Amino acid sequence: MAATNTSSDVKLIGAWPSPFVMRPQIALNIKSVGYEFLQEQLGSKSELLLKSNPVHKKIPVLIHGDRPICESLVIVQYIDAVWASGPSILPSDPYDCATARFWAAYIDEKWFPSLSGIAKAQGEEAKKAALDQVVEGLVLLEDAFVKCSKGKAFFGGDTIGYLDIALGCYLGWIRVTEKMNNRKLLDEAKTPNLVTWADKFCSDGSVKDVMPETDKLAEFAKVLMAKFRAPPPN
Amino acid sequence: MGDEVVLLSIWPSMFGMRVQIALEEKGVKYEYKEEDLINKSALLLKMNPIHKKVPVLIHNGKPVCESSIAVQYIDEVWKDKFPLLPSDPYQRAQARFWADYIDKKIYDAGRKVWTTKGEDQEVGKKEFIDCLKVLEGALGDNPYFGGEEFGFVDVSLVPFYCWFYSYETCGNFSIEAECPKLIAWAKRCRERESVSKSLPDPQKIYDFVLQLKKRIGLE
Repeated sequence: MAATNTSSDVKLIGAWPSPFVMRPQIALNIKSVGYEFLQEQLGSKSELLLKSNPVHKKIPVLIHGDRPICESLVIVQYIDAVWASGPSILPSDPYDCATARFWAAYIDEKWFPSLSGIAKAQGEEAKKAALDQVVEGLVLLEDAFVKCSKGKAFFGGDTIGYLDIALGCYLGWIRVTEKMNNRKLLDEAKTPNLVTWADKFCSDGSVKDVMPETDKLAEFAKVLMAKFRAPPPN
Repeated sequence: MGDEVVLLSIWPSMFGMRVQIALEEKGVKYEYKEEDLINKSALLLKMNPIHKKVPVLIHNGKPVCESSIAVQYIDEVWKDKFPLLPSDPYQRAQARFWADYIDKKIYDAGRKVWTTKGEDQEVGKKEFIDCLKVLEGALGDNPYFGGEEFGFVDVSLVPFYCWFYSYETCGNFSIEAECPKLIAWAKRCRERESVSKSLPDPQKIYDFVLQLKKRIGLE
């Protein structure tokens, strides 16, 4: 049965700077599925978002037909299953699948908090320690890349897969962090394979139109920090 | 086909119980190895070098870590018996959403209840009950979270049931009074052999909690 690719059928509630939102966007692009993007504004949540994700009230939310699906990686797996005739996103082998899910969970639960920890670190030493921790995580992911890619371009093999999406969505923010802290997080010495992978990922057809430009993201980061910074004590 | 399946866990772990239930549902023969988390075995450190945690499922020498991932793996490998995840993609997404919710909320909220006192504990109790009420809402009038059939979300949540007595006793409250539907659901699940075989006696869990509290200086 042919997939319905009309954009009115598929909506995505999100915001352009969010790495989590980028995940379903890349997945939909891989499957060549058109969708309507509903941009949320920073600082306020739309009625539709609150109605579609009453439990977490967070983006992204995919609305297919009139049914909402929440949590970025759950959405990616849903997209993979529904538009099954398109290129596969999850590995077909159960063990490879478990490995991809393991590293995606590591990225979200351990590695991403260390990345956001950099902005919160107070003072030079704490900042350096936070940056070091992020690099340590990337070294583990470099190792995972070698094992998963089996010599090919992506974690998923010849084409972008689940784990590429899980990590790749953070590349914009990695670059902003590198710029703002004047330090390379992905570098030739420690993570050579990831450096090559990052370029291939960002220039891939399914990614390049949804990956925000580093400068635009850096500007947004400044706005975000100013908005949430506590007023200085008197 | 000679499958070698080993499960590394500790007997009070709700996460380990999930994997046990899944293996029992599928009728998979496995060897259970009790770990000592103070003296972690060489096998555990080799099989889960990143997190060094239990449970770890080892299938023909290859490790699968993280209980939710292991349960999905078991469902995919032994796919001909008692499917745990629905075949419909939307239902599957709902199942994964709720399993993720349970992972993010229940353990930490429950832990707060037995590790804190006074004001902190009251906050913990409220959070815990609020989360259980959300889950009760998701259950609705169905016999199981998956609908008519026992499935992935039931497997993810039911191990916490043997810890309820400990939460209630430490926190001096009744979960059944707040969430009667959920307790009815848990008792229904416990009628399944896979669940009754995998969940230890709640009194034993409580004794374990008391010992743990003493050891970490909380009593």
